[in-house]
Amino acid sequence: MLTTQIKNKEEIISKLSGSTFIIKCIGCKEVLFPETEIDKFISENIEKNKITGRLKIDYLCNQDFSQAYINNHKVEIEKAETILVFSCGVGVQVMASLLENKKVITGCDTIYINGFQGLTVQNYNCAQCGNCYLNYTAGICPITACSKGLLNGSCGGAKNGKCEVNKDFDCGWEKIYNRLLKLNKKPKEEILIRDYSNL
Amino acid sequence: MKLSELFEQKKFVVTSEIGPPKGFHLEKILHEAEMLKGRVSAINVTDNQSSVMRFGSLATCHFLKDKNIEPVYQVVCRDRNRIALQSDILSAAAFGIENLLLLTGDHTKLGDHPQAKSVFDLDSVSLIHTVKKLEEGVDIAGNKLDGEPPRFCIGAVVSPCSEPLEPQLIKMEKKVKAGAQFFQTQAVYEVDKFVKFIEKAKQFGVPIMAGIVILKTVGMAKYMNENVAGIHVPDSLIEELKKDKEKTKSGQTGIEIAARLIKELKPHCEGIHLMPLGWDDKVSKILDMAGL
Repeated sequence: MLTTQIKNKEEIISKLSGSTFIIKCIGCKEVLFPETEIDKFISENIEKNKITGRLKIDYLCNQDFSQAYINNHKVEIEKAETILVFSCGVGVQVMASLLENKKVITGCDTIYINGFQGLTVQNYNCAQCGNCYLNYTAGICPITACSKGLLNGSCGGAKNGKCEVNKDFDCGWEKIYNRLLKLNKKPKEEILIRDYSNL
Repeated sequence: MKLSELFEQKKFVVTSEIGPPKGFHLEKILHEAEMLKGRVSAINVTDNQSSVMRFGSLATCHFLKDKNIEPVYQVVCRDRNRIALQSDILSAAAFGIENLLLLTGDHTKLGDHPQAKSVFDLDSVSLIHTVKKLEEGVDIAGNKLDGEPPRFCIGAVVSPCSEPLEPQLIKMEKKVKAGAQFFQTQAVYEVDKFVKFIEKAKQFGVPIMAGIVILKTVGMAKYMNENVAGIHVPDSLIEELKKDKEKTKSGQTGIEIAARLIKELKPHCEGIHLMPLGWDDKVSKILDMAGL
């Protein structure tokens, strides 16, 4: 069972800049993927000449498949400033990791993913919190990558890039900062407060 | 007295710290606090420090107030959700506690209840934001508070010798924007690194108190180098501790190092925060030697 919903229009629009390449994942769509709403959003809010290309992928969470698709659409992806992904939180994180120099944003909140998680995914996790923060953290989930699930930056407990909880874990926020640095960006200034009401 | 008033008067502010006991007998720490009366402007009370369950910070602060000692109420986000945190902070206001130090807190896995749930419903930044909201007369959900809102002096922490430093500065800026009025730092042993940090942090325009932890043993220094984030005790200090074993054992070497660090750091900051970790009886001597 997978359930995602489209993010509110304003949040997606506020994250779009320049031209956009759009990726939709249809891997688990037979369950609850808001494809009709997504298509409606795109046609009503993104000018056609600002779209460098579109891609429908089966199981975006599979890194090897996704890399092959990216290779086939190199030119359109290169031309775009924003990569807008409609998928679950895992898919967005995989895409952000494969396109580290691009601004990868999510158009979806993930509500439920059980049963599919683990099918093809190795390195990324989605907490199904229903309030996706990937648009603020360069496509790395602060809830699953940080032991404390912090939303506003590192806790200061990491030593040599490793988490205070376990020296085998990388500090999630150091990964986020490094990714932002690659994108030449600073973390967002707004204060984020976790919303548990969608759980 | 709010620490912010002292900073406004351009006073060099000195604070120390006590950790509540594992139990409810407070005679010892209250005695330690009393020995510091007059020597420091306020005393921080840690909140289940290092994730070890102890007597409460809020109640200890209340006992300090009774003895006319100014407390800094430390609040971490590990053990309580936003409802309990706001509730306790309102309780602090009723006890006349004016200074807060708001932190994220260590993970439960580091303490003596590793099986416990780590809460972290809020973090240091959103907790500062929450206190600002309470000061505006509403709670974090926007509901109106009854009567006059509370007024606090809000403190936060930063780790000035961290590598890389940039994430610390980014978070510090976020804390300032959220409403932090002063900073106490992680322990400093490298003055040059601290000075470089200050050059970058002074743009935020908030007073910074350099953190001092007394070096007790060579083992402690090595342990911190291995395990504590943002702390590096240079080899020269470790050699100094090794040189005269008797002097180090009596605490004299640690006192000398702390006093020397304070003297060197003083021109670059607005205050000193001493974390004696049980060596409270050494604080007066350190301050004497540092000329404070």
